[in-house]
Amino acid sequence: MSENDLRVGVFVCECGSNIAGSLDCEAVAEYAKTLPNVACSIVNKYTCAEPGQQEIKKYIKEHNLNRVVVASCSPLMHEPTFRNCVEEAGLNPYLLEMANIREHCSWAHLNDWDGATAKAKDIVKVSVARVRLLEEQIESKVPMTKEVLVIGGGVAGIQSALDLADAGYKVNLVEKEASIGGLMATLDKTYPTMDCSI
Amino acid sequence: MMDVGRHPNINLYTYSEVIEVNGYIGNFNVKVRKKARFVDETVCNACGECEKVCPVAVADEFQQGFSSRKAIYMPFPQAVPSVYILNNDDCLGHNPIACGKCADVCEQECIDFDMKDEIIEINVGAVIVATGMDVYDPTEMDEYGYTKHENVITSMEFERLISAGGPTEGHLIRPTDREVPKKIAFIQCVGSRSHSTTGNPYCSNICCMNTIKDSLLIKDHHPETEISVFYIDIRAFGKGFEDLYIRSKNAGVQYIRGLPGEVFEDPKTKNLTLIVEDTVANTVKDYNFDMVVLSVGVIPRRDGGAIQKLLTLSRTEDGFFMESHPKLKPVDAPTGGVFFAGCAEFPKDVKDSVTQASAAVARAEVLLNSDMISIEAITSECFTDLCTSCGICINVCPFNAIRGSDAKTGTPAEVIEALCKGCGTCAAECNFDALSMKHFEDAQIITMIDAMLDENPMDKVTVFACNWCSYAGADLAGLSRLQYPTSQRIIRTMCSGRVDSAFVLHAFEKGAPIVLVSGCHFADCHYIDANRWTQKRVEKLWDKLERLGIRPERLQMEWISAAEGQKWARTMTEIDEMRKNVTKEEVEHTKKVLKEDREKAEAKRAKKQSKKIAPKTNSPGAEISVPA
Repeated sequence: MSENDLRVGVFVCECGSNIAGSLDCEAVAEYAKTLPNVACSIVNKYTCAEPGQQEIKKYIKEHNLNRVVVASCSPLMHEPTFRNCVEEAGLNPYLLEMANIREHCSWAHLNDWDGATAKAKDIVKVSVARVRLLEEQIESKVPMTKEVLVIGGGVAGIQSALDLADAGYKVNLVEKEASIGGLMATLDKTYPTMDCSI
Repeated sequence: MMDVGRHPNINLYTYSEVIEVNGYIGNFNVKVRKKARFVDETVCNACGECEKVCPVAVADEFQQGFSSRKAIYMPFPQAVPSVYILNNDDCLGHNPIACGKCADVCEQECIDFDMKDEIIEINVGAVIVATGMDVYDPTEMDEYGYTKHENVITSMEFERLISAGGPTEGHLIRPTDREVPKKIAFIQCVGSRSHSTTGNPYCSNICCMNTIKDSLLIKDHHPETEISVFYIDIRAFGKGFEDLYIRSKNAGVQYIRGLPGEVFEDPKTKNLTLIVEDTVANTVKDYNFDMVVLSVGVIPRRDGGAIQKLLTLSRTEDGFFMESHPKLKPVDAPTGGVFFAGCAEFPKDVKDSVTQASAAVARAEVLLNSDMISIEAITSECFTDLCTSCGICINVCPFNAIRGSDAKTGTPAEVIEALCKGCGTCAAECNFDALSMKHFEDAQIITMIDAMLDENPMDKVTVFACNWCSYAGADLAGLSRLQYPTSQRIIRTMCSGRVDSAFVLHAFEKGAPIVLVSGCHFADCHYIDANRWTQKRVEKLWDKLERLGIRPERLQMEWISAAEGQKWARTMTEIDEMRKNVTKEEVEHTKKVLKEDREKAEAKRAKKQSKKIAPKTNSPGAEISVPA
């Protein structure tokens, strides 16, 4: 794809007042329009909510977008959400980039409106630069071995092993000691039922 | 417990340890060492004849040392599997002169002194880590006199003394004179909620309710017993917990808010005196007891490091295993296909352990229900035409995911995608750009540096943060609303091992006053030890900067975990101060020096390349060394 064919959509999330309370989301979205290859840039109240995601999908179709930047929270929080969203709109999920303007910006600079706004613009600028160079990635598929290892035969290991085994999966329960039971087996009675532990 | 032993779908390996885990989500290959128990568990019928004739007596671990067991023994009456075990360290040995009595009386002939450890190989798609907890050892808290005064016992020891299956068959007596104690004290938070040098800062979650339960058990046995509980706060937050607390108070148990400074023993009576400041009544009083129970806290398993390493897990500051997300993925490990159940993740009681176990199973079943699963697309790839077969990549890969790269035969490197976990260390270490990290390619990162620094670079701190620890630490700082200067700009890589020296130098050449490389603490690296290479690289860079007359302090390195939001905020504030001390002239000088150095290196490399390629075209090995 040549550089001219790149069409980036930027979606700035207000996250209620979590972001919009500390920085100027409109200004960030306006600024994003000046960045290279940005075809559209809008503000959503909650980008992760259903209407927000519908908007992304709508814009991808209407503006023929092939790259998406979501400026909202941490990718550790919502990258899977937005990857699914762009995939449903026909884009490869790896053509999405998240600009973290909440955890790393609005929440860290609650009382510096101008500083936080300037920083958010910069974060979006860096994300747009990156998304332009991202490529499609294909996740390979591997067969799933339908057997499980449970390490530890205390109350948690026993419950896990029984649930899995009852569901029909083969379970290998490995216990370090000579018997299962763990610390629970050394207790006389347990609360709140006040009955015996074993 | 019994159900586990007889379930047709469960292979139970007791007295066994996981010693090796290879592979990845959906396809783990696991080696288990089944240690020799010297009793054939398929034959032993638990008749107990062996135990009767065994002449050895050692302290019984299950009974907390209050009674003895033999060298050949049943761990406890309800043990699963219900078979004996011979402890080789305690046994006198199968020498007719020494002993061998157990083997003589065993009608089943199931005692085998020559039994060897067995290595069992299994293939699994998912792993549930339910490795549990250890109990705090109060020896270090000398003020409570656990090692000095016999009538000071731990809550775990108390369990055995009150249990019908215990050494006293449930008759509660105190150790010194075997009399029923009339006045008993419980001291809470022993080893928990401590901000001194002993113990741990976290709340162990179960001790308040355990003491309330114990107080009711005593009242059931001996209603006349006077019981006092010394506490900081009583945390009775679960369903039915407050009811038990009220029941305990109604039964006459005294709850006194305040912990004793010290426990004294009367040398004659062996009774115990506690001096306590009651912070509700605002009085300091002496209290006398026949027995004191230390309500000991929960600690992470002392041998947790082994499993951490085998499954490339991380641990939070308190030492418990770290979950993928504290709120949204509380039972998922950061390693795909691995889940937590029980106290391995944090102290919890039976009900919460059972709940989490079922949750972990449900998460595992999401995978197990599919025939095929997607695996990480972010792996490295080798451009074989650029590979010089130097072998550095093989050396640095923590997962043995690269093979080939043999200088003798000229075989280029080959990445085994299914084994590659995507740290990117190979791409950072390759001197010839032959290895590239998908989704975190050189150009994709360089363009971020350019975009970040092409306006007002003097106002910005360039930060490289690893995905799992430092980036998450920055998230936590935000989540905790910790405030720090706006100068920080983060570039996320999966591992700090991905941070190529060229990225750092590029940032400085673009006018960065300060660069920070931040990753996981050494034991926490999500890619085993890839961050060791980060450190080596940064150390080399410091040397280089110094050689070029650039202050090495302008390149900072910090290990910040996902749990260290405060450290993140503090570091950002400190580094911002450093940034302010960097002058425009200094930055201009750096830009000039680095540009010259880069151009010189590029020229040298171009010359070397042209020389190298020329003879190769005539050499017989040319076709192999540069495959199409």
